[in-house]
Formats: sequence, structure tokens, C-alpha cells
Amino acid sequence: MTDTVTPGLAAAGTAAAAATTPGAATPGAAPSGATAASARPVAVTTKKDWTSDQEVRWCPGCGDYSILTAVQMLMPELGVRREDTVFVSGIGCSSRFPYYMSTYGMHSIHGRAPAIATGLAVSRPELDIWVITGDGDALSIGGNHLLHALRRNVNLTILLFNNQIYGLTKGQYSPTSEPGKVTKSTPFGSLDHPYNPVSLALGAEATFVARTHDMDRKHMMETFRRAHAHRGASLVEIYQNCNVFNDGAFDAILTKDARPQMLIPLQDGEPIRFGPEGERGVVIEDGTARVVEVAEVGVDALAVHDEHREDPSLAFMLSRLAAGPYTPTPIGVFRDVERADYASLVNGQVEAAMVEKGPGDLASLLASGSTWTVD
Amino acid sequence: MADVATGAQSPRAALGTAVEGGPAPDPGDTAGTAGTAEPAGPAGTAEPAGPAGTAGPGDAPEPGDAAGGGLAAEGTGPTAGVPHRVLDQVVVRFAGDSGDGMQLTGDRFTTSSAMLGNDLSTLPDFPAEIRAPAGTLAGVSAFQVHISDHDILTPGDRPDVLVAMNPAALRANVGDLDPGATILVNTDAFEERNLAKAGYASNPLRDGTLDRFRVLEVAMTSMTMEAVKPSGTKPRDAERSKNFFALGLVSFMYTRPVEPTLAWIAGRFARTPMVAQANTLAFKAGWNFGETAELFDSVYEVRPAHLEPGTYTNISGNTAMAWGLVAAGQLARLPVFLGSYPITPASDILHELSKRKNFGVRTVQAEDEIAGIGAALGAAYGGALGVTTTSGPGIALKSETMGLAVSLELPLLILDIQRGGPSTGLPTKTEQADLLQAMFGRHGESPIPIVAPATPGDCFFVAIEAARIALKYRTPVLVLSDGYLANGAEPWRLPVVEDLPDISVPFASEPNHRRDDGSYDFWPYLRDPVTLARPWAVPGTSGLEHRIGGLEKADGSGDVSYSPANHETMVRLRAAKVAGIAADIAALEVDDPGGNGELLVLGWGSTYGAITAGARRARARGAKVATAHLRHLNPFPPNLAEVVRGYERVLVPEMNLGQLVRLVRAELLVDARALSKVSGQPFRAGEIEAAIMEMLEAPAARPVGSELTAGSLS
Ligand SMILES: Cc1ncc(C[n+]2csc(CCOP(=O)(O)OP(=O)(O)O)c2C)c(N)n1
Ligand code: SF4
Ligand SMILES: [Mg+2]
Repeated sequence: MTDTVTPGLAAAGTAAAAATTPGAATPGAAPSGATAASARPVAVTTKKDWTSDQEVRWCPGCGDYSILTAVQMLMPELGVRREDTVFVSGIGCSSRFPYYMSTYGMHSIHGRAPAIATGLAVSRPELDIWVITGDGDALSIGGNHLLHALRRNVNLTILLFNNQIYGLTKGQYSPTSEPGKVTKSTPFGSLDHPYNPVSLALGAEATFVARTHDMDRKHMMETFRRAHAHRGASLVEIYQNCNVFNDGAFDAILTKDARPQMLIPLQDGEPIRFGPEGERGVVIEDGTARVVEVAEVGVDALAVHDEHREDPSLAFMLSRLAAGPYTPTPIGVFRDVERADYASLVNGQVEAAMVEKGPGDLASLLASGSTWTVD
Repeated sequence: MADVATGAQSPRAALGTAVEGGPAPDPGDTAGTAGTAEPAGPAGTAEPAGPAGTAGPGDAPEPGDAAGGGLAAEGTGPTAGVPHRVLDQVVVRFAGDSGDGMQLTGDRFTTSSAMLGNDLSTLPDFPAEIRAPAGTLAGVSAFQVHISDHDILTPGDRPDVLVAMNPAALRANVGDLDPGATILVNTDAFEERNLAKAGYASNPLRDGTLDRFRVLEVAMTSMTMEAVKPSGTKPRDAERSKNFFALGLVSFMYTRPVEPTLAWIAGRFARTPMVAQANTLAFKAGWNFGETAELFDSVYEVRPAHLEPGTYTNISGNTAMAWGLVAAGQLARLPVFLGSYPITPASDILHELSKRKNFGVRTVQAEDEIAGIGAALGAAYGGALGVTTTSGPGIALKSETMGLAVSLELPLLILDIQRGGPSTGLPTKTEQADLLQAMFGRHGESPIPIVAPATPGDCFFVAIEAARIALKYRTPVLVLSDGYLANGAEPWRLPVVEDLPDISVPFASEPNHRRDDGSYDFWPYLRDPVTLARPWAVPGTSGLEHRIGGLEKADGSGDVSYSPANHETMVRLRAAKVAGIAADIAALEVDDPGGNGELLVLGWGSTYGAITAGARRARARGAKVATAHLRHLNPFPPNLAEVVRGYERVLVPEMNLGQLVRLVRAELLVDARALSKVSGQPFRAGEIEAAIMEMLEAPAARPVGSELTAGSLS
């Protein structure tokens, strides 16, 4: 790596520069490109530079630690600045995450991080905004905000820590808990049908949807890197072990031994196959994805993964392969398509209006209705 | 001015009356001659028959302040042929079915009166349903406008003229008329089915029930249909232009200029030329009908009011609020960000701001109210002027995020355009019952400054004031407007932009805390010693990276802290910061013309007009009454205690069951009394006047804390 790298995001810094000197900029002028920012070199950093001085307070052995490490290790590789990076979270164990990053951060309220981040992204499109959320935070109390951030394609990298339980409130079932789950609030077993975060995001036509897990740092880092590089809303579901209230929830697929049999790695442009020898694969028939023995159907019958397909239906079928983390489960990037991000659209209208009408003049606005003069 | 009409014509029978009495002049002064039609002169006695001439020295009538007793003078004007009479004021109410376009009609009449230079005040009153069942009482939509040649403050207590487009409109409104008032009815709508729908057993036009009034029967629908034929409009559609016929007719009656309305029709319906033509034809037909039908022995003129010199526009509270927000952004040199979810009566602010993109205004119509305020808070965190607009139900949803904003200590504007509650309540009617919700409707000790506009035009300045406080003290600020201000309109003198205050504040740019080793770092909760505001450090600023959140923070460093002593400190600091704003707001002004008031009427928000007008009338009857109006409800102005304790009796009129009065009693330990009205309608000046008289006459008879009810007094 050289001394400096190009910032990952083009339009960095101008609004901030203007902001620190009120009055310097035209009020409300949309951030206008990268002049100041791209001229500014991005310093070389290490994991330590991205680590705050706060003591990490998750339970020993919690999967959240490895996710934090993956993010802290990735940041120096992204060519971004600490001051331009913001972590916004909701409430939950996972949502303590921003305190541990030495960036800007807001630990907000339960479920609302996507809404708060939307306002930040629209007013400061040059920032690099991450949303940290849990399965309860994102899918229960904040379900609505998540859907709307996804459909609007707000430029956010959303990391959804799915431990299939409410950790912080000490172990109630969550919207991703399996049916029949016995928890403090379901002593006779949960009756709720769970939903699948990846299916949900695809249903909302999210432009980037992926899944990874806390046992594989390399896979996490690669997936986060892709999510970060995507302009628009990126949702990454992370299977995360809560060793206190839901220990081993993902053991059926994530133990070292189980992984080759149970994880279906999605690779763009490649036939979808898995197994220690690649002996199993996925076919699409009658609108459904199904696991098959490659020997029985032949390689040519296998579905070829296409992340960039406009229509989310195929990705959705793949997301339905497993009803839960007990049967072979796809991981990796389900979908990665281009669509204008929300802030660009909003700010595009603002810029167009400024070009068309000229910067607003208050006196003319006040006199824009019918007026009359009294002498 | 030529011939003065005699006062013999009953003022009420005329098409305009004196409603808001100004200070009564000396009896022998002009009252007897009663008839100068010059708007400038103090003419006639104020309406009530009470003791006149007792006005104190401070009561010298201002030009245009006096009411003229509805006297009319003849003159010549553009309406040839018919004699002109000059009125000092008139109250017109247009009423019809929700689908009849009454709001539009009233609005046009208002605008052309504003262009003439009248002072005016309006009261739109419409059902919550877009189209309630046609012809029913529930579906009646009305628009009342009070136009005058002098300074007025309310839309008028009782209409002088009622335009009733159908039986339901008549039935719903006739009770508000005094004997002698004029009713203009669309006879075509008075057929059996409509009469039945309105609940009339017999036709009121025939059975003598309207004998007390002057009824002008006009076949508006059929004449409209006939008139618009040349436009080629289908009969079903042609009928829909009848509101323009009514507008034409009333415009003729009151000699309103024709051209602005014709130009407006051409513009508004430019894309549907057939409709534009039909409406033009209907409007002209109404005007011409007035001229030729000899319905009227004269037409009426209301001369320009003597307003302060300047450029005026007719403005509604919601427009003024939106423009105030645009102005606040300019004055703060910050982009405005609005996150909002549509709700009556607040949506118009969203609509207006979404047009103002060239001011750098960004609007997001969020998925719900929680997201609306969340996005606004996120934008504020990023360094924008974050705003969210809503009504009572939305405030309930936003409370948790308001608490977060209190904890984060970020500037944020929350606008509550109040409506009747609880729950969905009365979406299109007005109320002031969210004051205590604004004060206390959050968990924990969560103080938020509150500001309330008094008039539609005042919304502009209140938006700026709220932004000033929010930015300077890094705090969410609540603005309490209401449906009456939001939709009501008044002539508004355009402020000189250069005279508006600079409300910009600096962002933090450098580390502010010296460590023991002499190096510096950034403490997000290190406060300004005077304002107690914390630094506003926006993302993108190198070296100031920090984490904030809803967990309690250590005083200074802002790190998460569960220490009992620290929480005690922080709760008190947040309270002290908001309380300290009292030193930075205008003192409460008292209007006590005689300096000898025995009663203080203390109000807030949209009751300003009715209170001021009611007190004027009471003074004209000899009452020694002072008024004061609160713009800041949290914190109160620093001199409130002194002001209130200076009066033996205090009356607090509110459109709720006594919320400000509760705060005043609790905070100041004074025996203030409530005057409550919760009908969804604003106070009438007459109700305030009656309450003042009652309280002055029998103060001792009332038990402590008892309340007067406007309903029982009206
Ligand atoms: C409005 C509100 N309701 C409830 C809570 C309590 N609460 C805090 S976290 C949480 C659930 C968190 O679950 P999840 O999002 O899965 O996060 P985890 O702790 O598992 O990481 C709940 C119910 C709260 N803080 N705020
Ligand atoms: S409760 Fe579970 S999720 Fe929360 S910190 Fe402990 S192990 Fe992690
Ligand atoms: Mg969880």
C-alpha cells in the first residue's frame, strides 16, 4: 500500500468544510463534488486507529467481538477517513458497536437507526454511513424503517446482527427465532412464524443483499467490503452467536465440520454448488430452488448465480432454500444491482432547482404572492 | 363623500356592521352625527349599549381603530347605476357542500379584498372527509371572512351575509346569524331531496322561518348552467362552476375588483381551458346578474384600512411558518431539512417547503412520524437545520425521539399544528390542548423550550425565534400553532429581510479539552459557561470524532456513565440550560391602556385576536382590563410572575380545559381562572368580552379554581 489512497467515495468533505465555517458557503448549497476532499490525502491507518478508548462490554465469547474485529481490520483497507465515517445504531447488545469505533457515532433509540441515518445521508451525502442493528432492532420495532431505507436505496451499509434472540433484554424470542423456541417469554414454545431477513430485503427490492457469519473473518471482511463499495442501501445479515441466551443457534451449519456440507457459497457467474467435493448443487425448477446431487442432474443443470440480475426473483428463490440455519444455507452476495441512491436523487432535485431558478432569494419569496403597498 | 345615509337603517340589516368595538369616543363627540363615512374618523359608537365614554387616557382612538356602527354612505364607484354605500366592515360566510368549492370561493374573495387594502381575518371551516355525503349537514364546508377598513383581529363573531349553496348549508349556519342579516340562497338546491337530507320538514324559504332575515333568492345552479353553455362544458360539469357565480355576485355586492379573479382563473385552470372558460363565464354571470337583477338597492364598499406603510401580502399561518423556516435557514446559513409525515392541518407546510428546493431545502416524506423526526435529527447531527412538522397524534409518536434529542442536545424544530383531540379527534378543527403534552409528554426529565405564534403572520417570526433558540442552546424546540392559525389568513406586512436577525452559530472545529499531559482532545459535553450549550461538532470534522447516544453521559467527556451523582448533575444541567433561556427572550408586554386594570387576561397562541378584540369591547363598556400574551411557554418570560401578581384577578382563556392556567397556578401560586372552549371553534371576541364582564362583576362569588365556559356564555 502506498502512502495515500483515493477516497472510496467521490464527493467527500465539502459540506463539512463549509460547515465548520458558517457563512462561508451558500446556505443550503448542495455538496458540490470532491474538490477539497479528494485533494486531501487519506492517511494510512491501522486497526488501532479505528479502535476507541472505550472498554468493550459484551459477554465473553459473544459473536459480536469477531464482527467488531472484522470491521476494525477492514477500515484501514477501505481508504476512508475516520472523520467521514459514521456508525449509527439502534438499541441492543449489537447496537453498542459505535462506542467501540473511533469514528463519529450515534447510539440512537430502538429500531430507528435507519430513519436517523436517512436524514444524515440526505444532508451529508459525502459521508460514509454504517448502520448497526440487531434482529429485534431491525426486524421487530424498526421493521418499517428498514424496509423504507432499503426501498429508497439510501446509501447506507447496514449490518444486521442476527442472533435469533433479544440479547440485551436477557433472552426473549425475536422475529427470527425458530417456531417452538422456548424462551423466558415463550415457556411453552414460540408460536410466531419467523421471517428471513434476506427474503425480506429482497422483497423490498434492496439493491445489495448478502449474508455472512461471525465464524469466518475473511468472509465477513470480504462481504463488508462489497457492501461498503455498493452505492445505495446494502444489507448484510450476519449470523451471530449469543453464547448466553441462544448459544449454538447456528451450530447445525457453522461448526467447522458442518460448514462444507451446510454452507452454499454464492459466487457471481458460477454454477451454485457446495459440499466438500462440490458434489451438491442448486437447481431452479417451477419457480423454486432445490438442492440436488450434481451427479444426478449434471453440472449444466445447475443454476448459475447472477448477482446483477435486475429482477430479484431468482435471488429470492435462493433465499428460500433454507427455512432456518439447519439445512444447507446460501451465504455471500445474493444481489448487487445499480440504482440511483436516495441522497443523489434528493440532492439532484435541489441542484436542478438552483440551476433553474437561481439560489433562493428570501425577499422575492416573501413577495411571491399577490402584494399591495400601503404608503 | 356625498350623502350620508341615516343611521335609521338598522346596522344589522345592513350588509356590514361594527363588530369589534374600538375604544368608545366621548358620547357627544361624533356619535350623534354618526355618519361620517370617512374610514379614518372615529365614527359611531361601538356596538354594545354599555357605558360609553369611559375610556381612559390611553384609549385615544387610533385611526381606523374605531368601529363605525355599520353606517353606510353613498358614493360612486365602478359599479355604475346602483348607489354605493360605504361600510366600515363586513363579515361574509360562504357555505356549501364540501364539493361546492367554498374554500376556494372564500379564498378568492379574501384575496381581492386584500388587494383592495382591507384589513381582514379568515376562518375556513371544513369537514374532515374529502367529500362527506352530498347535501348533508356533515358535508357542509364554510369559509368566513371579515373585511374591514380598520384594524381587526378576528374573523368576526357573526356573519352579516351568509351565502348558502344548499339547505344543509343554510341549516348548519343560520343559527350564527343575528336578525337582519342577509342570506343569499341558491334556490335551485332547495328541492325536496336536499331539504330532507338537511332535515327540513318544510321549505324554510316558504314557511316563514327566515322572516327575521333579508333573504335574497337566486337560482344559481340554473343560471350558471345557462351562462357556461358557450364553453361547451357538459351539463354535469357546468353545474360545478356555480361557486364562481356566487363569487361574482358577492364581488358585485361588495364592489370587489374583477380583474384579479379573472386573471387568477386563467392561471389556475390554464391546463383545462374549458374549465377556465366555464368559471370565467359563471363569475361574470354572477356579477352581471347582481347588476341587472335589481336585487340590491345599493352596493357596498369597504375602504382600505389604515395599515402601517409597507408592502403587504395575504398570508396563512402555514405559509408563514414555511417561509419562516426558509428564512431561518438563510439566517442561520444552514440548509433546512424537513422530515415529515402528512397530517391535517400540518401538511401544507410540507407542501410549501417541498417547493423551495432552490433555497437548499430538502424534504423527505417519511414512512411515519417517528421516521420524520428521526431523519430530521439525523440531519441536525450532520449540521443541517432539522425540522419536523405534525399535529397532535404525530407528536405522540415523536416523543421518544424528542427525548433522544434532549439527551443528544442537538438543535431540532418540532412543529405541532394542533387540532381537536384525543386520538384522531377533529382533524380539521382547532384546539390548544397539546400544551401539557409539549411540556411533559416525554419520559424522564425531558425539558423542551416551547414557542407559540399569536397570529398567522406571527408564525413567520416564531419559526425564526424557535430556530434561534434551538441553534444557540442545542436543544429541540417545540412550536405550538393550531388549525385556526394554520388555515386562517391575514394581511401581513412583509418584513425587511435585512432587518431579520443573524441566528448563525459556529460548529466546533477544534479539540476543547486539555488533558493532564497538556495535550487536547474533544469533549462533546463540555458546555458553554453562559448558555450551557454543548459544542456542535459535525461529522467530517477531523479530530473531533466522538460518540453520542441516548445512554446517560458523563458530564463533560460524554462517555457513557451510570454514576448516580453524574445522572443527578446531568438532569439538573439539562433543566438549567432550558430554564436559562428565560434570560434571552423578550419580557412579557402588558396592554393596560388605563394603567389601572383590575383584571389581567393572559393568553397564548391563536387566542390573541379574540382576546385583544374582546378586551377592547369590554373597555368600551368601562371595564378596567389588561391583556398579555405569552409567546414563550417554556421557559416563561422572566417578568411573568411580576406581571401576573400585579393584578387582583387573572383570566386565562384557552381552547382546552385549562392547561396554561394549570401551569400558571402551579408555578406562580396565583388564583388564575380558566376560560375554556373546546368546541373545535376559535373564541369569539364576544365570548371573551362576556367573560371579562362576568369576572369583573362577580369575582368573589366564584370558588377558587373554577372555570368559565365559553359555551355557556356565548
Ligand atoms: C422503545 C424500546 N422498547 C424496548 C426496549 C428494550 N430493548 C432493548 S434492546 C431490545 C431487543 C434487542 O434485540 P436485538 O435487536 O436482537 O439486539 P441484541 O441485543 O440481540 O443484539 C429491547 C426489547 C428499548 N430499549 N426501547
Ligand atoms: S447477551 Fe448475547 S448478544 Fe448480548 S453480549 Fe451477551 S452474548 Fe452477546
Ligand atoms: Mg438479537
